[in-house]
Amino acid sequence: MTDEDLYVDGDGARWAFGTGFTDPLHGIDQTVPDGVDAEDLAACCLALGDDALVSAQRLAEWCTRAPELEEELALANIGLDLLGQARLLYARAGRADGTGHGEDAYAYFRDPEDFRNIRLAELPGGDFAFTVARLLVLSVWRLAVCEALATAPDPVLAAIAAKSVKELAYHRRWAAEWTVRLGDGTEESAARMRAALDELAPWLDELLSDSTAARLGAEPAAVAARTRLELFHVLADAGLNRSTDVSPLDTSAFLPGSGRNGQHTPHLAPLLAELQSVARAHPDASW
Amino acid sequence: MQETPASMNTSVFEDTIARDQRIEPRDWMPDAYRATLVRQIAQHAHSEIIGMQPEGEWITRAPSLRRKAILFAKVQDEAGHGLYLYSAAETLGADRTDMTERLIDGRQKYSSIFNYPTRTFADVGVIGWFVDGAAICNQVPLCRTSYGPYGRAMVRVCKEESFHQRQGYELLLTMMRGTDEQRAMVQDAVDRWWWPSLMMFGPPDDDSPNSARSMAWGIKRHSNDVLRQRFVDMTVPQAEKLGVTLPDPGLRWNEERGHHDFSAPDWDELKRVVSGDGPCNAERIARRRAAHEEGAWVRRAAAAHAAKRTARSRRGAAA
Repeated sequence: MTDEDLYVDGDGARWAFGTGFTDPLHGIDQTVPDGVDAEDLAACCLALGDDALVSAQRLAEWCTRAPELEEELALANIGLDLLGQARLLYARAGRADGTGHGEDAYAYFRDPEDFRNIRLAELPGGDFAFTVARLLVLSVWRLAVCEALATAPDPVLAAIAAKSVKELAYHRRWAAEWTVRLGDGTEESAARMRAALDELAPWLDELLSDSTAARLGAEPAAVAARTRLELFHVLADAGLNRSTDVSPLDTSAFLPGSGRNGQHTPHLAPLLAELQSVARAHPDASW
Repeated sequence: MQETPASMNTSVFEDTIARDQRIEPRDWMPDAYRATLVRQIAQHAHSEIIGMQPEGEWITRAPSLRRKAILFAKVQDEAGHGLYLYSAAETLGADRTDMTERLIDGRQKYSSIFNYPTRTFADVGVIGWFVDGAAICNQVPLCRTSYGPYGRAMVRVCKEESFHQRQGYELLLTMMRGTDEQRAMVQDAVDRWWWPSLMMFGPPDDDSPNSARSMAWGIKRHSNDVLRQRFVDMTVPQAEKLGVTLPDPGLRWNEERGHHDFSAPDWDELKRVVSGDGPCNAERIARRRAAHEEGAWVRRAAAAHAAKRTARSRRGAAA
């Protein structure tokens, strides 16, 4: 009996995903090109993949809790985009680091200290204002990184980045629109946005000084400058800038350490414990 | 302008129904037809929204990234269904906020199936297979329902539900090829969800007070018992292929009828769950209420911003 026969009504061909679908990069030449340092490539894919997975997990926590149905859909869209980016990046990492690991090995069978996401992504969900503020910062930054990586010397990473750019442009637009709505809305919403920005400011330096993608074409100073400038414009539209300085957020209180070195806040371990709970409870199972 | 006599309105409406044509939002319709539709569409929309909860709980714990993506997208689809069903109800003059408040304070219902808990990841598969399968049996005929916006919404809903059912079944197939523990999880989920799924079609025909009028108006196309039979007949061969046992000793093929015979669900249980006494009724409504209340400041801010923008653009135009 074939798989197709099992779909009793006999029209298995209508499945969008065949049941044998396991490799997101199936059919693509995955050789690491000459001149690309495989170790750098693997580290970059892993770091950006972890940022995406951890962010997607935080967004998934909003499911059934959004303030309006339209935002329920939007938050899920963004979460799904990031989850998709994580899957592709893990697949690339597994080839580049020589282990041949699949996406689930990275997501489910590493411990918190092996994760390389920046700490801002793992902070607890907070209120809608914090979700909007964090997404604004992360999407503006990640968009700048992915635009640069779209011409990376590794064609697979370049293609993943080019795909991500389209998605991130929407994430940034959604977050920017909500930043303006909340900043300009009521006294309460403006106060909540300000509190959210204050809360994430100490974590911003880790992002702005990140050099993970530097050797693949995303020059940190250029990414940081662009991130600051875009944030400045959005916060100006929202009436949330504290000064006319293009460094709109006070990062002077930045917290030392970096998730890129496996130094995480206490919030990552419970996030991963939940994410990994079923997979680890049934290590021999197939899903 | 002379008012159209009520009798003429009624005859146009009845003629439209008799010719199997669609009633559209601007057409005259009897108040009771409108009220019945609002009640049914709101209940349907609420079911989509509350129905996100039992499966949504597993998105953060899905055991592979592929399953996580599938489940996340599915639950998002349910939110989308809710959105266009609320929109269909709004074409009848209902208001989304008002409907949400009626859901939260218990004046409007949702499908009782979502008052059962999801205990393992196998439940995600069985919900797709049974619950979405039953929903498809109920909803495919609604694509031809007499009210246009509802029927058109159902066309898209049914396509997506059909995809969800296949995804659920495919998860179960994969699990049945896994470990003994996984096979036991699937059987356990089947045992728990079978009877509540049969109850999704509503009470038996001789105890379904609103059915006759809904059938006469073309809102409903088939009786509860006919649809329930269709679901059983569809599901039995799928269960055999999957290798699970449906928990009904009375289930057998009846050559004479050309259908499967099956036992009656516990209708007292359905009454208890409908009246609010199911395992998760309070929890489901509490979650929906919390989301609505915690989101109030966001909705107020969006409204305030929109009003300010309108005022600013008016001032800009006047200057």
